[in-house]
Parts: sequence; C-alpha cells; structure tokens
Amino acid sequence: MTATIAAAGTGTTARAGVEVRLENLRRRYGPITALDGLSLTMAPGELVALLGPSGCGKTTALRLLAGLEDADEGRILVDGHDVTGQPANKRGVGMVFQAYSLFPHMTAWQNVAFGLQMRRVHAAERRQRAGEMLELVGLSGYANRFAHQLSGGQQQRVALARALAINPKVLLLDEPLSALDAKVRARLRDEIRRVQLEVGTTTLFVTHDQEEALAIADRVGVMQSGRLEQLGPPTTIYSRPASAFVAEFVGLTNRLPGTVARGAVDVRGTRLPLVQTDVPDGPAIALIRPEAVSVLGDANGASGPLVGTVIATVFLGATSRVTVDLGDVTVLTQLATSEAAAHPAGTRIRLAIRPDPVLIARDQPAGEHR
Amino acid sequence: MSRARRTKLRIFRIVVFIVMGAFFLVPIAAMFEFSTRGPTDASPRTLSAWLSIAQTPELSSAIIASLELALLTSIGMLVLLVPTMIWVRLRVPAVSRTVEFLCLLPLTVPAIVLVAGLAPEYQWISLNFSDSILTLGFVYLVLVLPYAYRTLDTGLAAIDVKTLSEAARSLGASWLTVMLRVIVPNMWVALLNACLLSVAVVLGEFTIANLLNYENLQVAIALLGRANATVSIAVAVAALLLAFVLLVVLSFVGRPRSGVGRLEEEGLSGFGRQLGGGLR
Repeated sequence: MTATIAAAGTGTTARAGVEVRLENLRRRYGPITALDGLSLTMAPGELVALLGPSGCGKTTALRLLAGLEDADEGRILVDGHDVTGQPANKRGVGMVFQAYSLFPHMTAWQNVAFGLQMRRVHAAERRQRAGEMLELVGLSGYANRFAHQLSGGQQQRVALARALAINPKVLLLDEPLSALDAKVRARLRDEIRRVQLEVGTTTLFVTHDQEEALAIADRVGVMQSGRLEQLGPPTTIYSRPASAFVAEFVGLTNRLPGTVARGAVDVRGTRLPLVQTDVPDGPAIALIRPEAVSVLGDANGASGPLVGTVIATVFLGATSRVTVDLGDVTVLTQLATSEAAAHPAGTRIRLAIRPDPVLIARDQPAGEHR
Repeated sequence: MSRARRTKLRIFRIVVFIVMGAFFLVPIAAMFEFSTRGPTDASPRTLSAWLSIAQTPELSSAIIASLELALLTSIGMLVLLVPTMIWVRLRVPAVSRTVEFLCLLPLTVPAIVLVAGLAPEYQWISLNFSDSILTLGFVYLVLVLPYAYRTLDTGLAAIDVKTLSEAARSLGASWLTVMLRVIVPNMWVALLNACLLSVAVVLGEFTIANLLNYENLQVAIALLGRANATVSIAVAVAALLLAFVLLVVLSFVGRPRSGVGRLEEEGLSGFGRQLGGGLR
C-alpha cells in the first residue's frame, strides 16, 4: 500500500499531529454529572484511548472535543487555539462513529469526498484525494459501492477514510469496532493503528474494551464517574494500576482477604508490599493478578493456606486460566497451557504468590474475580 | 415449507389479488362504461364526454386550480414539515409529542367545523388579500398535516438522523447542507409519499371548497354532474387514473437500488496480507 497522504486542497504533505488539551471539562445532564473536571493533554501524533465502563463520561469527552456538545465549564485547546465555542463544522475534526454513519445515498468515494466538497476542493483533486484515502484503507476496488453493498468492517474503513480525507487536526474514534464481530474487530483495530501511525494524526479513541485500548494506544486513560482515574502507557496501567478501580477494571484480579500491618499485607502466609501508603492496619482485601499466582507442584494429602483443588481450566491458546478452590476462597492463576495440562480438574496443588506490590480494596467482598 | 403448502399459498395470493383487483376495477370499469355511452341506448360508444373535458372551460379552470392547489399544498407541506421535523428530532426531541399532537389534530376536526371556524378568516382574506381559489392552500395545508406527518415520521425513523447529521457536521457541513444533502436524499420515498397523499387529499376535497364558495375539481364535477353526468363521470375516472399513474411512478422511484447485498468481509482478507508487510 503506497498511498501518499496529501493535505486536502494543498497538495502538501500531511499535517503533523497537533497538541490537544482538555482543561477541567465539566458537563452535566440534569442531575447527572457526565464529566467532572476532566483534564487531558495529548501529544502531537499520539493515540490516547479513553477506557471505562458505560456512563463514565468517555464518549461525552469525545463529543465535547468534536463540538457535538457544549461544555458547561472548561476549555478545549487544539494546536494552542481555544476551540471551546466553535461549532462542529468549523473544528476540522475527523470522526468515526460507533453506528454505521456512511451516507446511504452516496457511493464509498462520494462519502470520502464529501468533506472535501464542503471545503470547496476542486473536483479533480477531490476525486484523487478520495481515491488515495480509499487505497489507504485497502478499499480502492470498492469506490463505487453504496453502504448497503459493503460489510460492516468495510463501512467502518470507508468512514475512517472519510474522516482522514479532510486532513483533520484531530481524529476521534467513538467505539468504531463495537458493532463488528471479534475477528473483524481485531483486524480492523490493527488497521486503524497502522493508518494512524502512517498519517500521524493526534487521535482520541474511546472504548469500553480493555483489550482494544491496551493493544492500540500509546497511552490509556481509565475513566470513572466523569473523572480520569489514571492515564499512562498500557503496560503501566496493567502492571501498576493507580487505584483499586483501575486494577479491577483492567484485566482479571483475584480478591484475596489478608491483614495489613506495618505497610504490608499478609495474604495466606505470604507478606506482600503495598502500593498505597494510606492503608490502616487491619483486615483488607488484596488485589492480585492471576499471573502473580504460580503453581509450586502437586500437593496430594498435604494442607496449607495456599493448597487447593483445581476446579476448572479455561484454554486460552498459549496460556490457560486455572481456577483453584482454596476452601474459603477461589483463586485464578494463569499458566502455560502445557503446565496447566499437568494439573487437571480434581488435582490438589500448592500455589505461591509472587511478592509484587499489591493494591488494597477495603470496601468489597473477597473471593470474586474481576 | 412443503411444496403443497407453497402451492396453496400461491393460489390464495392469486385469489386475493383477483378479488381485490375486481373490487377496485369493477366500479372504475362501470364508470368508464357509463362515460362512453351515447345519447341513447342504441347509440354507439363515444369518447365525446372525455373529449369535452378540455372543451368545458369551467371544468378546465377547476382542474387547473386543483392541480395548482395540490402543487402549492405539497410545497407548503414540505417547506413547513420537513425542516421542522428534522430539527425537532435532532435538537428538541422533548417537543416531538407536542408537534405530533398538533399535526394530527386536524383529523379530529370535522370539515364542517373547520369551515365554521375558517369562514370569517376567509372573508377577511378575500377582502384584504385575495379572493383567488389558491388561498384554499392555507386550509389544505392544515388538512394534509396528519397524513404528511405520519409519512415523514416513518421516513425519518428509517434512517439514523442523529449519526448522519453529526457525521456531516464533523465533515464541515452547515445545518442547511445537512438537511438538503444528507437527510432529504435519504427520505426521498417518504417525501414522495407525503406529496402523493397531499395531492390525493387536495384533488379529492369537496366540502371545504364548496362551503367556502370556491370551485375546485370536486365541486366542478358535482356541478357538472347535474348538467352532464357522462362528462362528470369521465372527469372522476380521469382523476382516479391520475392518482393511479402517480402511484405507479412512486413505486418505481421508491424501489431500492439494485446491489449485491451485504457482503462478507472479503476486503478484510486483503488486510491480513497488507499487515503482513509491516508499516511503511
């Protein structure tokens, strides 16, 4: 694929990504606060994914940036310019929607050329640019098809081409993959990342799918109740979550009861350092990743706080997730599939917990996996 | 479904089609037969009643007036309802129930009551504005609101107005462009249907025009029926044929585009190969 990305109407090279700043954004819908002082700075060319449960405010943030809704408070700066009061059609923001949004009465190339037409780009240049964009997303052979003649994945790719054709300052992706099946979703996710890296547009990607966010983004922002809980690279979000919410929302987590004393927590005989510094001594729930739990070996007839019975194994490919019943609580552990095969259901095994720093959730029951 | 059952269903459909077709066509055929009778029972068939339609000045002017009214009413309905309904759906959905109630209200008001209320208005209009029959367009606009509203509402419900308009806005389109270039082309069939219903209502309207002393097509037919029944029936058949032609035209215009239907993710199979090549 060798499409040259030329700026709309200028013939110059693509606009380098610009800095985007959201400053203390607030948005209320009646009594509901959708955004509660959101601040976020995106570096030029960066892809930031906003991740969170339904109603956390991630889509509201994206819609405010697009100009589709107005903020009650706060500022939006794109490339240093305050665009807070600008209408959506003046912002120069490209957007791909969750729902299929191609104009049904237009062909793929007419859809892609629509934004250029709005910018009064000359017809010949428009046609060339639309062709380049369709080639960029691998659909140059589909230029004359209408939306109803394209599959869901193809429609979203045309929508991506349409958003990029106007050479936007910012690209906004509002759960563009959620309507697609798993296989197509994974492929299109990689394709979006490839195209984004190729054009270098600063991109905000909103999703509730943690795998999607962790796979695609330079940085992931985890949101809850209109606030940004943590913003950081995917590896940091996963391995060093800043709060119990982030730990539980991103990836699977064991919730094991323990006792906090002198800055550490004792979980079934294993002393683990704490991430938080303000945890009072006493009973607590430690949040431990499955991969921090390993199998020491079979334990037929033996007993101990970390000895239990394998009750289920879920095959995930190279790895398997094994559920172990410790009597009063069940624990998930992630093992290589070959190792998991050595411990079928019913086997008594002895576990060990890696002494990594752990987070404490004090207000939730133990024994659940999230 | 078994073959025998399919055959039974097919026969049932054909029978229903024939019965309904007869129900529709027999009266028209009888009217046509009547309109082609000669002056006496022994006279041969003649098209003189049909030919005299154009030669009856009061009838011609009534036909032209009704067609002009149909056109005016349709345009007025489109200009009033389409932007309003799109705007309500996009920006103030909270008032959609109120708008619906207002638009459906004329259905509940009998024509005679409407005339009683409108008579003073029309008296004022004829004295101060114009006494043209085209002023009936105002009241006809009210009359067609329920039918047009329902049709347009169905058309709007069939498309994702919010997403399409937001997509167009993000691409730089003004609100006017969103309406004219994005929404309207996707509810074309609903617009045509609303126009057809408006035309049908206007061409068939008798009570209001008669009570307000205007001579539209139906009033002219009624008057003519007293003097020359065959011409009157010929005009009625012609009006029915006009509506039929409009319906046929609409059914062709409203056909979905031919296409290959929803495809498999064939384009994506190429993706894997492209991705295999790495980033440029």
